[in-house]
Amino acid sequence: MSEEKFHSALVPAQGVWWRPVGAQEKRWIQISFVWCMLMFAMMPLWHWKGGQNPSGIRGRVVPKDYRQRTERFIQDYKVGEEKGIPVVAPPAGADIYVEASMWMWRPILHLKQGTTYVLHLSSFDINHGFSLYPMNINFQVVPGYDYGLKVTPNQAGDMRIICNEFCGVGHHIMTGKILVEK
Amino acid sequence: MSMRTCPVTGLKVCPDAEALVRWHAVTAVVHFLIGVSAAILLVLTRWQAVHLLPSDWYYRILTAHGLNMLIFFIIFFEMAVLHFAGPILLNCRQPAAKLGWLAYVLMLIGACTTNGFVFAGKADVLFTSYVPLKAHPAYYLGIILFAVGALLDTSLFFAALVKAKKEKTYTGSVPLVTYGALTAAIIAVITLIHGAMVYVPTFLWSLGLMQMDPEVYRMVWWALGHSSQQINVAAHVACWYLLAGLTVGGVVLNEKVSRGAFFLYVLFISMASAHHLLVDPGVGPAWKVWNTSYAMYLAVLASMVHGFTVPAGIETGQRLRGFNQGRFQWLTKAPWGDPGFAALWVSLVIFGFGGGITGVVIGTEQINIIAHNTLRIPGHFHMTVVGGTALCFMGVTYYLLPLIFRRRVAFYKLAQIQPYVFGAGISLMGIAMTYAGSFGVPRRHWDISFTQAPFGVQFPTTVDLFMAAMAMGGLLAFLGGISYCLIAVVSVFFRPALSDDDLKRGGPGLPPGVVRLPSQTHTAEASEAAHRQGNPGTVVLVGVFFVCFILYYFTNWKILSLLWKVG
Repeated sequence: MSEEKFHSALVPAQGVWWRPVGAQEKRWIQISFVWCMLMFAMMPLWHWKGGQNPSGIRGRVVPKDYRQRTERFIQDYKVGEEKGIPVVAPPAGADIYVEASMWMWRPILHLKQGTTYVLHLSSFDINHGFSLYPMNINFQVVPGYDYGLKVTPNQAGDMRIICNEFCGVGHHIMTGKILVEK
Repeated sequence: MSMRTCPVTGLKVCPDAEALVRWHAVTAVVHFLIGVSAAILLVLTRWQAVHLLPSDWYYRILTAHGLNMLIFFIIFFEMAVLHFAGPILLNCRQPAAKLGWLAYVLMLIGACTTNGFVFAGKADVLFTSYVPLKAHPAYYLGIILFAVGALLDTSLFFAALVKAKKEKTYTGSVPLVTYGALTAAIIAVITLIHGAMVYVPTFLWSLGLMQMDPEVYRMVWWALGHSSQQINVAAHVACWYLLAGLTVGGVVLNEKVSRGAFFLYVLFISMASAHHLLVDPGVGPAWKVWNTSYAMYLAVLASMVHGFTVPAGIETGQRLRGFNQGRFQWLTKAPWGDPGFAALWVSLVIFGFGGGITGVVIGTEQINIIAHNTLRIPGHFHMTVVGGTALCFMGVTYYLLPLIFRRRVAFYKLAQIQPYVFGAGISLMGIAMTYAGSFGVPRRHWDISFTQAPFGVQFPTTVDLFMAAMAMGGLLAFLGGISYCLIAVVSVFFRPALSDDDLKRGGPGLPPGVVRLPSQTHTAEASEAAHRQGNPGTVVLVGVFFVCFILYYFTNWKILSLLWKVG
């Protein structure tokens, strides 16, 4: 170390600069490395032990077919209508289809707290964003792709779906509704 | 034309390289001015108490803001940095200067075309232009021209490295700043190739000549969109080292470590396209986990290493200048009135504590569920790319003005406070956005009062408070940003050129590092003493940083665990 001369980063490095690392610098690199590995391990660990993962059942779907599935789902479990949008109360374990299109979420859902469903999300036209308020659960909704997520509501309430992916001039009026009962 | 010798640094400066630096930098500032003007309109619209713009203009101006800041301003400036770190730092002539001008013209035509069509309302697709949202074909064509120009500039930087090596215009290995710029250039090539891969097909698609898949578009577009932010990271870290050297004689503690960290960037940092697809249906968990973590966080490791070596290099530099008492005299006696140093330090703090920590956290696969497309995202990247990169480049500007433009810094008193005003504004805005976003407030949204929506959403009143804080921060940052434009433009166009004697003589408007450049090399004895002393101050700083990191990281896991079960 003794023949080493400090210089700034503007000066070309002379001779062999592959030298031993100072003690503090070395310790910081070690700590950082361990932290990085820990953060990496957290993600698989959460898949194994944690309850919130964006895995889902993913597949391609033709938007017209997805619309048909949504309509059939609405027919099967429709219980009413609000502001021209059907209200649907599916049974426990059912496949739920929600379709995003410019600029609405269809249908309105009545769910039960503590019950598990498979929530399918897709778009009829362009990208949309599923953002559940006030839970703050967010997923991307992409046309041509079916995102089937197993969900278990753990809180009752009158919730909203906000579109949080820009989808044209009507983007800010695109809200939907999910009602979770006890 | 013969090369001049810089009276401050002793470097031989090629007039062609100098002219290219000047024009790229000035054009960058012009685009910054467009971007910052757009920013104030956006802030005053999202602050619902004012709600300035109508909805169509909000989205139009948002498109322009993203493009001008993230692509045109930043990349023009980075091309200036490449022309500086190549031929000028290596004492060689600018190779193929004419191609440099061709690159510049291509970039300018591209930027003007795209901007023209955006402001004409032909491309209300936002910066990301997610297919199948469609803009006028000329919009895509403009970006393609810009990217080709930037690619050409980048190859000239590589040519300069080869030329300097061949002509032996320097001895030893290239300076660390040039090495960092080289990393940025390599990442730029990767990025721009992805840009071509996405914009050429999209251009053809807009003409009706081919099909595009929305998910594939998202993946490839973000290999441009996110990787271009990684050019910024590499470039501004290089500029941190540059400013540290110029302002306080900051040293390179260990070339192996700093270069190794830059090399990790080259290897891993371009995988970050995944950050935008974490809650997408197109890709699976293994792909998400591997890519979002840049292969086990090795690029994060690189940033954490620079987060130590940059302040530690400053500490050692200051200690070598005699500010040697206690843990922190090197900081208390730092040149806080030097706009270059102020920008460097504030940028370092905002990037590390604000942008860095939030970025790693929201880029965690599962935590992204509570962050995706909320205001947390722009909160994060305004603290990386604006508080980090843009502010660092502002600091560089205060040294480029006297050294390359050969002008005094106009309104020097204003320049001295500008980094603080801008930094405080961006921090306040970024933090407020981050908090508002954690309530689920969406980004890119004209009306979060949802007055016309079929089902109303009533955010808690705390959100109003955070949105007001965001607006205050935005206004402050706007003042800082517009001051920067004013200083740069007035200095370049309305101040007389300086002679070598003027520079040496000093006087108002010259940063201290220009008047008296701190020693860039040190004797073996002094180095040995400084080395034995180590960096007791920096150790405390990184300790505080690490504790903040851990707390923020696990707080977010805790919040996530309270949600519905999703899987």
